[in-house]
Amino acid sequence: MMTIRGAAYVAGIYEHPRRDIPDRTLFEIHTEVALGALADAGLTMSDVDAVFCDGTAGFGPLSLVEHFGIHPSYFDSTETGGSSYLAHVGHAAAAIAAGKCSVALITLAGKPRTGRSVVSYAQGPETGFESGWGVSGAPHTYALAAQRHMYEFGTTSAQLAEIKVAASIHAQYNPNAYLPYAVTVEDVLNSPLVADPLHRLDCCVVTDGGGALVVVSPAVARSLGRTSAKILGHGEAVKHTSNGGIDLTYTGAVWSGPRAFAEAGVSVADIKYASIYDSFTITVLQTIEDLGFCKKGQGGKFVMDGGLVAPFGKLPFNTDGGGLCNNHPSNRGGVTKVIEAVRQMRGEAHPAVQVPNCQISLAHGTGGSLGSKHGSVTLILGQEDA
Amino acid sequence: MLPAPAPVINSTTAEFWKATTEGRFILQRCDACDIVLWFPRRNCPKCWTEDVSTFDAQQTGTVYSFTVVRKGKGAFQNAGPFVIAYVELADGPRIMTNIVDCDIDALHVGMPVEMVFHDTGEGSALYRFRPLSA
Repeated sequence: MMTIRGAAYVAGIYEHPRRDIPDRTLFEIHTEVALGALADAGLTMSDVDAVFCDGTAGFGPLSLVEHFGIHPSYFDSTETGGSSYLAHVGHAAAAIAAGKCSVALITLAGKPRTGRSVVSYAQGPETGFESGWGVSGAPHTYALAAQRHMYEFGTTSAQLAEIKVAASIHAQYNPNAYLPYAVTVEDVLNSPLVADPLHRLDCCVVTDGGGALVVVSPAVARSLGRTSAKILGHGEAVKHTSNGGIDLTYTGAVWSGPRAFAEAGVSVADIKYASIYDSFTITVLQTIEDLGFCKKGQGGKFVMDGGLVAPFGKLPFNTDGGGLCNNHPSNRGGVTKVIEAVRQMRGEAHPAVQVPNCQISLAHGTGGSLGSKHGSVTLILGQEDA
Repeated sequence: MLPAPAPVINSTTAEFWKATTEGRFILQRCDACDIVLWFPRRNCPKCWTEDVSTFDAQQTGTVYSFTVVRKGKGAFQNAGPFVIAYVELADGPRIMTNIVDCDIDALHVGMPVEMVFHDTGEGSALYRFRPLSA
């Protein structure tokens, strides 16, 4: 069976340093992050032969390619919310393995703070049945998942708060972080309830910004002076309401995780660092259970006592401060998940949170809602010689 | 009363929403594989036949999960704290809805509830739930 293991490398990364960008358009931010990631790889726009973007960039690849002024031989606009960019990495690797392209550019840009924040989708068949109830923000449906997890497994608000605390400990080393300071469990519990049981500090930040990734063939990677991260495995899945049978206690990671681990030929014990999508604290808790870092229902215990704190916790996570504290550009955190994992593999995370000998890492995205349907994507990355 | 904004209605869901104005909550059942469908569809999502029929569902259930939204937006901006929930119907499906006429502090997973209808004034009524009267 053909796999993407070792068929492609992440050679360039760039995270926009700003969190409020009133003076640039959406497409200008796409260009800025694209040029940043290409420069990081030692490539230029003229080297790009594949473009990947989400469904918010105008007419997708048509608008973006015209804006960039290039003529790629491959494009993909898979739209699964915040997990889109992890899917793009997997799809780019598959396209490179199939010989369709050799330098794939993945960009994300958005301005929920200073520009248009609402992404409009065509009405789906569920529209009349998942609206009308006053659902006006992601916290409302994620809260439903948190409440049920608490009911079934005894998970507590203090345990969820530990996830924010760990992210905030990391964020204090990131001068670009939107919330660059440490918070306590009490700070989280004392912040206003948004949608029970989720408090304001259980939620990610809202930031303008963007990021970009450059995925290249092994031959291109070898030609570059920069250290790349080897793509070892990729898995994706959609979890939905299953014809009225929704179970709010697990995520699509129960399917995407095993697919990625199998392709990579590694197990959870091999993962030294994990970027776990953190739209909300509950998103992290359910995901680490579903990926197998602990048993179902034990996530609350797992995250206590600094379990997620780098560099020496059981599972160092989100060392940039994550979506919870650093950056959630365009209300989508997927691209920053890959970026920080690559920093860890290169040994370029902040020294205070750099995981020693970080040979293999995982990046996971959750886009959509835990409370209805979402796209889950798991990537496993290794150092160049992994 | 909680605002009752009219839902989007299309050719597939028109029959369902018309029934709500008569105080009826109809579900579909696949005639071929006998499963109950939620939400209304033309094709069974298990065997994809169009041979689906409707029946009047029981209007009771239990709270599967819930959240108290502390401040709504749009039509719900001035609603005060309100409850969004999934209710597991006696006929099976877990459906998104609101819980109304309840003591928020007494609300809990597993609570028995019964359906009420809130007319939107536009040819439909929202199906919501209140604690089952003893």
